[in-house]
Amino acid sequence: MKMFKMAAVLAASVALPSVAGATDLEVTHWWTSGGEAAAVAEFAKAFDATGNKWVDGAIAGSGDVARPIIISRIMGGNPMGATQLNPGKDADELIKAGLMQDITDLATKEDWAHLLRPKSQLDSCTVDGKVYCVPVNLHSGQWMWTNRKVFTDLGMTPPKDFNELMADAPALQKAGIQPLSLAQGWPVGLLVQDITVALAGVDNFVKVYKDRDIGIASGPEFTKVFEAVAAARQYAPADKMVPQWNEAIGLVIQGKAAANIMGDWAGGEFQVAHMVAGKDYDCLPGLGITPVLNTGGDVFYFPKSADPKITEAQLVLAHTLVTKEAQLAFNLKKGSLPMRADVDLSAANDCMKKGLQILDHSTAVFPNDSQMMDRDSLNQISDLMTEFMANTDMTPAQAQAKFVDIIKNAPK
Amino acid sequence: MDRPNPLFRNLWSKIAALPMMLIVLVVFVGGTAWTVLFSFTNIKIVPIFTPREWVNGFIGLANYQRLFNTDRWMNCPGLTHIGRSDWEPTCMGALPNVVTYVILAVVLSMSLGFVLAVLMDQKIRAEGLFRTIYLYPFALSFIVTGHVWAWIMSPEYGLQASVRAMGWTSFDFGWIADRHMVMYAIAVAGIWQGTGLVMALMLAGLRGIDEDIWKAARVDGIPAWRTYLQIVLPMMKPVLVTTFVIVCSGAVRIYDLVVALTDGGPGISSDVPTRYVYTNFSANLGQSLSASTVMLVTMAVLLIPWIRMEFGKKSQG
Amino acid sequence: MANSPLLDGPSGARPQKFITWQRFVVYGCLIGCALFFLFPLYIMIITSLKNIDEIRAGNIFVPTMHPTLDAWFKAWDSACTGLYCEGIKVGFWNSIKITVPSTIVSILVASLTGYSLANWPFKFSEGFFSVLLLSSFIPYIVMVYPLVIITRYMGIFSTLPAVVLVHTIFGLPLLTLLFRNYFASLPGELFKAARVDGAGYWQIFFLVFAPMSMPIFTVAVILQVTGIWNDFLFGVIYAGPTNYPMTVQLNNIVNSATGGKAYNVDMAATILTGLVPLAIYFISGKYFVRGIAAGAVKG
Repeated sequence: MKMFKMAAVLAASVALPSVAGATDLEVTHWWTSGGEAAAVAEFAKAFDATGNKWVDGAIAGSGDVARPIIISRIMGGNPMGATQLNPGKDADELIKAGLMQDITDLATKEDWAHLLRPKSQLDSCTVDGKVYCVPVNLHSGQWMWTNRKVFTDLGMTPPKDFNELMADAPALQKAGIQPLSLAQGWPVGLLVQDITVALAGVDNFVKVYKDRDIGIASGPEFTKVFEAVAAARQYAPADKMVPQWNEAIGLVIQGKAAANIMGDWAGGEFQVAHMVAGKDYDCLPGLGITPVLNTGGDVFYFPKSADPKITEAQLVLAHTLVTKEAQLAFNLKKGSLPMRADVDLSAANDCMKKGLQILDHSTAVFPNDSQMMDRDSLNQISDLMTEFMANTDMTPAQAQAKFVDIIKNAPK
Repeated sequence: MDRPNPLFRNLWSKIAALPMMLIVLVVFVGGTAWTVLFSFTNIKIVPIFTPREWVNGFIGLANYQRLFNTDRWMNCPGLTHIGRSDWEPTCMGALPNVVTYVILAVVLSMSLGFVLAVLMDQKIRAEGLFRTIYLYPFALSFIVTGHVWAWIMSPEYGLQASVRAMGWTSFDFGWIADRHMVMYAIAVAGIWQGTGLVMALMLAGLRGIDEDIWKAARVDGIPAWRTYLQIVLPMMKPVLVTTFVIVCSGAVRIYDLVVALTDGGPGISSDVPTRYVYTNFSANLGQSLSASTVMLVTMAVLLIPWIRMEFGKKSQG
Repeated sequence: MANSPLLDGPSGARPQKFITWQRFVVYGCLIGCALFFLFPLYIMIITSLKNIDEIRAGNIFVPTMHPTLDAWFKAWDSACTGLYCEGIKVGFWNSIKITVPSTIVSILVASLTGYSLANWPFKFSEGFFSVLLLSSFIPYIVMVYPLVIITRYMGIFSTLPAVVLVHTIFGLPLLTLLFRNYFASLPGELFKAARVDGAGYWQIFFLVFAPMSMPIFTVAVILQVTGIWNDFLFGVIYAGPTNYPMTVQLNNIVNSATGGKAYNVDMAATILTGLVPLAIYFISGKYFVRGIAAGAVKG
């Protein structure tokens, strides 16, 4: 076995003299849906082309499932070579504990500060002036996806925003179509947050999540939000919920459901199903009410390794992830926006172009929740919202009171 | 081996038992102590070990306060809202859920297991076949059990849809999507898996009973069912207690089954303490540790009477 | 132990003459319950033989007219978890990699511990044993984080040795109890005679006790193989993604449905995962029952 490995290294070093030696780098992430897996394969391809080897450590499920596994591996002293993790406060503790690789030198050398936009993404990778992660794309969760055919078949005009959808809902239901498909777990939290941003507005959302403004959280703007959620929950009852977000999108693609609220990553699924944006389906940023996008996104961290070969390969990967070619290939498949402003997006679909337009008007861009609040409080909010959706006995007033409690107790 | 120093007597024996001693001291005693001690600190994601960190991070019972104010852990409007309009006679949350599950598992699997054992003891044909059938689910993983039942109970394509399609349109078995019924759905799967074991234990108990009891009962003209209930059952007390302890300790640690069957849904209505502990490992370790401690205390409360009984038996004999 | 009461004949209301309707009720109940226990197995098998359209359109009870093994091949060979679409076979081999060493190590440690406790007691040995037995009631989840820390300090977290260690630790209480009781039940003269002949700790264990203890070793192997094969929690936490056992892979396959769930593939994967413990159960029969009953009743 060892002999074989040595021979392989030898052979590789002969074939590719520029590479010091092929290194296997395990990369963990939670991209397991069809569109996501196709996108991540692009990164793997680009990294393998450097003479190293991308060892895929996909963790099925979602961030909620994968995050504990990833963090416990890093804490457990046998970290992966690189890992997806949400930017923001998630990783702060790991960085403080000295478990993450500092990649400031590479970032300075390649001038990421000017290369990558928006600035907030690199900022969230930066702790005390040092860069610890590579942002690979920009994601926004505020999209409503509708199947146009479902509406036109019933002689209706496809809705332009969430309010119109709610108005159409009774008619859809009568025709045996689920007005709103929904998946269990975090998509419920996302749905509520999207309604919050659309109805209460970006400013109020940031004031509550970042500045912990109790007055607004308990005020009429948020009451409106909780009432809207209560109205929506009858269209997505518990026995119609599916386990995974891509199944919920699948229902829209198949025409069994009229709409779904999901991030721009859902675009990849429509693409896999060969549907055309604007013709077969609509994508409505900010649920069509306020066209806004958050600046969440995926980033890769590099846990510290004692092995210098791993460290070297980590830097190669960090460099590869922000190259023009890898960025373009990855983001086209993923349906997300690239980090580099100089990537040619003529190949992008309608939805991505809409997103880019909003991105250029930076006032409509706001920070991701994980950049404003700790994971513990976010989990509590998510628990509350899933329960509120599933429990029709819970009144909007009760839910709002509990929400205010969580905001009050969230550590600054 | 006959050395003067008593430490070296049975030296090989001590060396061979060393792993066991280390495991007891470091893992079981040490791990439990660490869990309990640090449940009183503001530990978040990165664990802390030193006494100084413990003192600096000490926050008293704050983790427990938070735990019992978290709906996901325990939400009992009945306790605090009596007389108000939002009063509910039920408790929701991970802790009440596991209590419900333990009660269901104990009552249903023990009574069903006992009945099956009695039936099996009626000199029946093909006893081996029946035992094989009742016991095979016990050989399966909870993950397997969970996914099979998730499919059977799936409201859209499973049993409910099929029975309705056959004409019984009001048939309701969408339990895994019903927040009031979901724990019963989990209990059905748990009982399916575990009752065979209870039956096997009870059958062993039944067959350990003295033949003369039956003769005496028959001479006195006591019907068989009364003999079982009034004479045999009390005589099986040790087996019953052991079975009870096994079913309880198995039910308290339920995790895989919930993950595979409902993953805590719908909403948070089928969450259980183990899942609460697990999901908080990467968000708030203090919550994990205090929830763990509550589980430890619950186990102790369940076990202490049993230990005292066992211990008392020994000191008598 | 060697003569478990469970395996003797029925002892119940034996010589009573049953009227037919009583027999009818007895068999009726037994068969009714048997149907409940068999129902999921039936559903699993027929679902795995259907194609996905039949599942969507059809009735869960009705077997297919055109059975196909496609779902089985897909589950074994090409079902997807993440980037890799290599089916559940990866998990199968991982489970073997985990189960074999874990079974050997845990039985070795536990049999020696039981032997020490039964035949070579020392100061505090019973005390340790009592604590060990009590520990078996601690919910596993409580020990998970401390063991993450311990394995991290040992530098083995998220590797095969970590899972082996954890299975050894959690198998220890019950297995030690089994071996201790078994060795204690062997005739004392045997041990004394071997001592007089000058045999030491290891000779007696390997030359005298082990050869005559095959039944208990068989029971222990059955207990450990099924227990470890069926484990999910330790596999997901300590093994690391490259070593995920079959149960974890099964959960991943079921949860990473791409565009609609393939229930037939899920069910085929489910059966495949249950096949090894089921085979052990059917082959070993009485030993299996003896194992679970012994651990439980004598506790």
